[in-house]
Amino acid sequence: MATSNPLAIEVTNLTVAYQETPVLWDIDLAVPAGVLMAIVGPNGAGKTTLIKAILELIPSASGQAWIYGKPYRQQRHLVSYVPQRGEVDWDFPTTVQDVVMMGLYGQLGWIRRPGRREKQLAREAMNKVDILELKDRQISQLSGGQQQRVFLARALIQNAQLYLMDEPFQGVDATTERAIVTLLQSLRQQGKTVIVVHHDLHTVTSYFDWVMLLNVHQIDSGPIEAVFNEDNLHRTYGGHVGILSSSADVPPSQVLANEYS
Amino acid sequence: MAPQTEVLLIAIVVAASCALPGVFLVLRQMSLMSDAISHSVLLGIVIGFFLTGRIDSPLLLILASATGVLTVSLVELLNRTQLVKEDAAIGIVFPALFSLAVILITRYAGNVHLDQDVVLLGEIALAPFDRVTLFGLSLPYSLVVMGTILIITLSVIGIFYKELKISTFDPGLSIALGFSPGLLHYGLMSLTSIIAVGAFDAVGAILVVALMIVPPATAYLLTDQLFSMLVVSFLVGIVSAVSGYGIAIKFDASIAGAMATMAGFCFLLTFLLAPQRGLLAIFYRRFRQKWLFAQRILLTHLANHEGEGILPKDKKNAKHVKISTAKSKSINPILPPGKSDQCHLHQLHHYLCWNVGFTYKIVNQAQKQGLVQIENQVLRLTNSGRQITAQPFIQ
Repeated sequence: MATSNPLAIEVTNLTVAYQETPVLWDIDLAVPAGVLMAIVGPNGAGKTTLIKAILELIPSASGQAWIYGKPYRQQRHLVSYVPQRGEVDWDFPTTVQDVVMMGLYGQLGWIRRPGRREKQLAREAMNKVDILELKDRQISQLSGGQQQRVFLARALIQNAQLYLMDEPFQGVDATTERAIVTLLQSLRQQGKTVIVVHHDLHTVTSYFDWVMLLNVHQIDSGPIEAVFNEDNLHRTYGGHVGILSSSADVPPSQVLANEYS
Repeated sequence: MAPQTEVLLIAIVVAASCALPGVFLVLRQMSLMSDAISHSVLLGIVIGFFLTGRIDSPLLLILASATGVLTVSLVELLNRTQLVKEDAAIGIVFPALFSLAVILITRYAGNVHLDQDVVLLGEIALAPFDRVTLFGLSLPYSLVVMGTILIITLSVIGIFYKELKISTFDPGLSIALGFSPGLLHYGLMSLTSIIAVGAFDAVGAILVVALMIVPPATAYLLTDQLFSMLVVSFLVGIVSAVSGYGIAIKFDASIAGAMATMAGFCFLLTFLLAPQRGLLAIFYRRFRQKWLFAQRILLTHLANHEGEGILPKDKKNAKHVKISTAKSKSINPILPPGKSDQCHLHQLHHYLCWNVGFTYKIVNQAQKQGLVQIENQVLRLTNSGRQITAQPFIQ
């Protein structure tokens, strides 16, 4: 599928090490444009590191990443990044609308301030994730799910081609999770590429159409039906991770994985 | 201008300049860095003094700011080895630079204006003696310097407000969007160093820290927006300067000391009385919440046992009430089948495991608010009470 499209991300020979410990070993990854991809793997597999290395937030020891055929620096305007919720200080004195508008700071460039147009765009983005009525709320008064929606609105406002999201489902309730999934799928329908660090193996087949299995090395990546199988999961998680289905059509409730056991 | 007015003006300008970058230091959890910077700039001042032989040369300002930035880099260098934590790194770097400066002063500059008291506490009262002429006006040197620094501070924060905000709130995103947090960080540190050097003369190395950290910490408790935090911090700085000056004159005490004390006093007041985040507000909220919560437990309990058979009211019952008030626990064996005393006024406290007085207070309050009614000592929900139990509990 979608192989004739240009690649949204191409990573070649990427190795990242903290001190002398490699966290990512020689990753080669090709993500076609227009897919909704999950990155799965155990804790410490380097999922977050991979996203950060692609965005050049951390230096890599070797290799590089291409976004739509060019280095990230030239393609910033095409990319939207949603960090983990815990990475920012939610006691910071600012409002929901303000945080959402931060998504536009890149387009504004240095010094220029957000104005009426930016406020209008923020309003639309907040409306899409159903937090418009929270717009003047101080961010310390938000629940976990609301915080995640704020981050999503901040990503949506950038109107990017490629979305990189680090665990957007972490600590949100079922309603928010469903709302986020619907949103991600509508982004894909608009031809955008969405890459999500994901933790819940049960929902991979129902939420995503593309998957990367990662555990320091890349185990495999490709369409769900081709690569999300017991053998690959075993190689990713080791031990006795049991996935009882060989078909992607099986309802998620029957796909049992015991990553956390 | 009268010398007193000049001193007051210098105090205001110093306090206001310190209060602004302090906001970002507090939000970046780098408050202690101001301590490090304000001490180690002394080394730059001393070296500048040896090179020029003057205490009011602009070179001093430049060298001292450079030492401030050097301190920050050294701390980060040490920290990056991962052998030393950041707070320890601060504790290692700045005393080293500061003590070097102190040795140089005592060894080679014992008799000049640069003595240790001035270094630690500053002497703002002497500022009017050191004058320059600008546009035909004779002004105190330190007023000119600090005024310039205040203008620089206001412009830098005004121009890079958006960039400082995003790199403080979400450094990851600010890199991804192409803003260089490193550049902003060192920009902010340079600004802090320049202010520390300028304020050094007036209030000394230690009190600079008070003026940089206390007003923002006060503003943090009062505001929900970065911009208003900057404004409030600025105002707290000015209020501390003015009231501190007044007190110092009245009691013939150190002006710098009185300014820092007043800043501390502003903080203390806010800490206790701030409308949302003050200690009193928090206690009041907790207290109120405890009562609301207890009331909700009572209503929920009544709702859960609504419609259960009610105790017959006869003498046996009266006896039973007495016994159970004394000690007995849980459901009374002498109750007829299908009957329950869960909602009985004198039994409630057993079922809820509350003490008797508290139970009566909560019942009383709920009755006054028309949420429950009591018939034959048995509690029943009123319609409005029932409605409340149907809603989710939000404090």
